[in-house]
Amino acid sequence: MDKVILKVFRGDSNGGTEQDYEVPTFEGMVVLDAIHYIQINLDSTLACRWNCKAAKCGSCSAEINGVPRLMCKTHVSDMAANGRPIVVHPLKTFPVIRDLVTDVSWNYRNSEKIKPLQLAPDAPKPLVMQQMDVDRIQEFRKCIECFLCQTVCHILRNHNVKEQFYGPRQLIKLANLDMHPYDALDRREMIRKEAGVGFCNITKCCTEVCPEHIHITDNGIIPLKERVADEYFDPIQHLIRKLSGADKKKK
Amino acid sequence: MALNTAQSKEAGRVPLPINSRKDTWWIKPLLVFLGLSTFGIYATWRAFENRYYSWGPYLSPFYSPFLVIHIGHFAISPALLILPFPLIFRMTCYYYRGAYYRAFFWDPPACAVEEPAARKQYTGESRFPFTIQNLHRFAFYIAVIFIAILAADAIIAFDFNGHFGMGLGTLIMVVNVLLLSFYTFSCHSFRHLIGGALNCYSCSRSGKTRFRIWQRISLANERHMLFAWLSLFTVGFTDLYIRLVSAGIIHDVRFF
Ligand code: SF4
Ligand code: SF4
Ligand code: FES
Ligand code: FES
Repeated sequence: MDKVILKVFRGDSNGGTEQDYEVPTFEGMVVLDAIHYIQINLDSTLACRWNCKAAKCGSCSAEINGVPRLMCKTHVSDMAANGRPIVVHPLKTFPVIRDLVTDVSWNYRNSEKIKPLQLAPDAPKPLVMQQMDVDRIQEFRKCIECFLCQTVCHILRNHNVKEQFYGPRQLIKLANLDMHPYDALDRREMIRKEAGVGFCNITKCCTEVCPEHIHITDNGIIPLKERVADEYFDPIQHLIRKLSGADKKKK
Repeated sequence: MALNTAQSKEAGRVPLPINSRKDTWWIKPLLVFLGLSTFGIYATWRAFENRYYSWGPYLSPFYSPFLVIHIGHFAISPALLILPFPLIFRMTCYYYRGAYYRAFFWDPPACAVEEPAARKQYTGESRFPFTIQNLHRFAFYIAVIFIAILAADAIIAFDFNGHFGMGLGTLIMVVNVLLLSFYTFSCHSFRHLIGGALNCYSCSRSGKTRFRIWQRISLANERHMLFAWLSLFTVGFTDLYIRLVSAGIIHDVRFF
């Protein structure tokens, strides 16, 4: 295969077309290379967002052959099997600005609503943490905010209930804070109400697309659902807490 | 060719159809649908059959514990009393939930695929009756009792009229209870109760112990889906084997 056809969405929120481009290929070529080839040689007006070309900045998210992926991490040879054209669309869950560029600011606005770490008064000074206490949350900190999980999540994508559900990315941010050994806040109410963890039906598409291979559902969302169950759905634990006068925030 | 034809539930969204996947995304939900339906139909038929559930020292897991309740002259099949418990455990299991929401409810059938009927209002598991899923831990407690009962059955399956022996049925029953244990103890709720609920493991001695157990359970939990299917298969197969032997269709293979 020395050439490949790319079908790229060109347009904005008012409408657009899929435009065909023929691009020569080379060994190890990724979709972002093909997009760059188009920009340099065929059409310099094609808009796309990118930065690192190393799957670390999270800017080049797009929908390639219908599945959300990073353009810089997706090999042309994997996508163009049997000489089929490669279809490149912008993220479908967020408003399109132009061509492959979407407005993902909704995610940042929700992120701002999550209170940062509040150190507990009994936290050691200087703050030295044991590996066993941070093992779990380190996984969540690998997030590169590519928002592939947000765009694939059917709650946002198909049902579009953005007012009631923050999406998987923000849920693992909340998990990172709630599981922190020295965070003083009890975040369960927010996790249940504003962030809407109950909306997630654990169908795991977020986990399937995460380029950092974060186990978003198994290690983040399900543990949060269990924490919410402790607080709101477990009469036995409720009684034990009442009788022992235990603090709401567990250590 | 203008493409601004499909969904645009929100002003400004990309005017493109959501589903442009051309791969075989439908295979997985189809397999889940067939697997669960087959088991459901078989288990229902067996529960109502109310015979061929034991042979020699073997007792079918569908009929254990063997409790017979009579209403007048009519004896209720023990399986009908028992099966609701494992059924609730599996229905509220995090893995199966995700699997049947996809395969049966098509919500979504696969990732990045359009859902067939645009529901008026999606609430997921945040409203009744789906909030009941939050009680999964209680189903887990009951499942542990069932593991103990099935383990006892597997031990009894070595007792051939007072002689220690072993047949193919014994082996199947032992493997079944082992796989059911792996499935049960790789449960997300158990993982949470054993250590996941803690934030600071190093803060206490018991926390350190719980961390180590939590790590092991987490390893098993990564394979929870595998154990879910294997144990579903073995529990059905154990019943089938005992049924066939009991009905005289095949003969048990006796090892010693
Ligand atoms: S598992 Fe939950 S958060 Fe993740 S994609 Fe599915 S519904 Fe969305
Ligand atoms: S969790 Fe994964 S998919 Fe979601 S934004 Fe972070 S890196 Fe991207
Ligand atoms: S360009 Fe940075 S993630 Fe692709
Ligand atoms: S999560 Fe599957 S059995 Fe508990």
